[in-house]
Amino acid sequence: MKPLLLKGVRPYGEGEPIDLLIRDGVIAEGADDDAEIIEGNGAVLLPGFVDLHTHLREPGREDTETIETGSRAAALGGYTAVFAMANTDPVADNAVIVEHVARRGREVGLVDVHPVGAVTVGLKGEKLAELGTMAKSKANVRVFSDDGHCVHDPLIMRRALEYSKALGAVIAQHAEEPKLTVGAQAHEGENASRLGLQGWPAAAEESIVARDCILAKQVDAKLHVCHVSTTGTADVLKWAKARGTKVSAEVTPHHLILTDDRLSTYDPVNKVNPPLRTQDDVDALRRALADGTIDCVATDHAPHAVQDKDCEWSAARPGMLGLQTALGIVVETMVKTGLLDWRGVARVMSEKPAEIAGLTDQGRPIAVGEPANLVLVDPDATWTVTGAELASIAGNTPFEGMELTGAVTATVLRGRVTALAGRIAE
Amino acid sequence: MKHLLSTDGLDRDQALAILDTADRLKQALLGREVRKLPTLRGRTVITMFYENSTRTRVSFEIAGKWMSADVINVSSSGSSVSKGESLRDTALTLQAAGADCVIVRHPASGAAHRLAGWLKHTSTSVVNAGDGMHEHPTQALLDAATLRDRLGSLDGRRVAIVGDVLHSRVARSNVHLLTTLGAEVTLVAPPTLLPVGVEKWPVAVSHEIDAELASQDAVMMLRVQAERMTGGFFPSSREYSIAYGLNERRLKLLPEHAVVLHPGPMLRGMEIASVVADSPQAAITEQVRNGVHVRMAVLYHLLAHEEENA
Repeated sequence: MKPLLLKGVRPYGEGEPIDLLIRDGVIAEGADDDAEIIEGNGAVLLPGFVDLHTHLREPGREDTETIETGSRAAALGGYTAVFAMANTDPVADNAVIVEHVARRGREVGLVDVHPVGAVTVGLKGEKLAELGTMAKSKANVRVFSDDGHCVHDPLIMRRALEYSKALGAVIAQHAEEPKLTVGAQAHEGENASRLGLQGWPAAAEESIVARDCILAKQVDAKLHVCHVSTTGTADVLKWAKARGTKVSAEVTPHHLILTDDRLSTYDPVNKVNPPLRTQDDVDALRRALADGTIDCVATDHAPHAVQDKDCEWSAARPGMLGLQTALGIVVETMVKTGLLDWRGVARVMSEKPAEIAGLTDQGRPIAVGEPANLVLVDPDATWTVTGAELASIAGNTPFEGMELTGAVTATVLRGRVTALAGRIAE
Repeated sequence: MKHLLSTDGLDRDQALAILDTADRLKQALLGREVRKLPTLRGRTVITMFYENSTRTRVSFEIAGKWMSADVINVSSSGSSVSKGESLRDTALTLQAAGADCVIVRHPASGAAHRLAGWLKHTSTSVVNAGDGMHEHPTQALLDAATLRDRLGSLDGRRVAIVGDVLHSRVARSNVHLLTTLGAEVTLVAPPTLLPVGVEKWPVAVSHEIDAELASQDAVMMLRVQAERMTGGFFPSSREYSIAYGLNERRLKLLPEHAVVLHPGPMLRGMEIASVVADSPQAAITEQVRNGVHVRMAVLYHLLAHEEENA
């Protein structure tokens, strides 16, 4: 592999542009005349993004996304590591599936694909999956989640938290009290009431997060809260962190910008779980991300086939694409508003998620001797989102037609360019 | 007007125009031996019912036939729907086959809106005949027609809607239409059967039916759906009936001129006593009769009236 020279780049968007040499996958000192050159033109250099929450749909729904297409989307979105959720078909609740996913990820080679293992067999919430076997497998699983389903039985959740301690793993909870969300279609509020859509109450999320924080504190285990969507959850997290709970949390880009005002068209492109909530929630989530109550941004990238979206609302599957639009939404909601600077973006999109998942080679400082997992961002470039042009097979983006600021000009995975100027570097 | 999807957003003039047309059609048919007007001759109207219905489907069918439209009924069983065909494909199929108007009843809220979206680039009209818990606009229009018959103008009139407002598309459509027409609406229900955010609706809310009846010009009883009785929304059907049922004693609390409405089908002895349902104050069969004229008016405004609306 030829050395790579990033010319005229500004690490964390700070200071004057510098040249950065990468040799053998590591940030190196000095210069090299043989190096392949990428002209930075003063672009912002950040550690490569890490997504704790991605649905790559393989195995099972390769008509909507594969590990290959999802990896392309990730690289184009500036990601150098993604965590592939376990709700595939078959479910990733055993070593065979997680090793398959990890191997396919390596074969594609565009982004580090870390499989998430299911907490319970078949995501059914009844019996612990073989967490230890998955952790010790070649996939080296360190994040377990039944995402899409809540580990709602408090005893199972307690045991999962306890058991994961010996594995150095974290349990990522999809917080949704199932009895409070039977048939739920949309945020329980004025809009859903008017439109006759069955409500998904904030309390269904907040009560589980509160319970799990109390459990995690009691057994001194690591809990991660997936896709925080309400003001109340942020309040609970603040309280739990203050009393020393080992809890971390993520927020999705869509919950930072979209609200349930989108419901009135009944277009299921806006259907997602947890649902889009109110402007008050959006504002609270932005503040919580800025002040560290919520640790990171995770996409919950969820490709769906046309027939599963172009239908009546209640028949549609929940979820939306996120990998290629995450940066733009974070710029729109957090950078333009002054809530985060570029160092803050590095924190919430790279450093924190890497730390939560225990990755030692991602989310690292931009410094000599560190692994060259990097993303170069043109902070002023604008582009318009078109679902059909995204790398995913599915096109279900709620940001269709929206102009976003901040474009990925290059993504570098261990010194190798994976995406350049909006194209996959083959 | 191309579609009738909801009464939310229907303005006063549009609503009154439909009601006035319904009155004219009613007069035109009065005493006729052959109840047939040529207005929609050559037009094809298709009803698509994904839920069981007697009165609404029959009412639309008669409305179409009395105006000489060709009316075709499609139900979810016995059609390609039972083979798994999507709503979108079914709609596009019916449109391609020549439907000028598709009348849809569907258990999913927003189904009619989605249908209108898929047929956006065609001339086919969509009428919402009830979508999930969302709206049932022609029911509200026929309720308003019935109240106008009995009370004259609705301006300043007081109407109580009693029962399962939470799950009721009839209640939602009536709240919008009645307030648009100037009536003051009071919703009477236990808190478990009121929608979240109802305090922001343009209505009064009460949990005590006895306290409200004396001041009402009309009371509309909503059906208590069987699945709600076991859903924990209230402790028992007996307690519900005692607390919210319209019985003979409560009928006497109403002013003499007050009208009793029920969208049907009724659960006699549950939300309404038989003696009340059959009393002179009840306008339940008039509602059904007006339903035909109102639906004729809706079809007229969508299909025969389009030049004036263009």
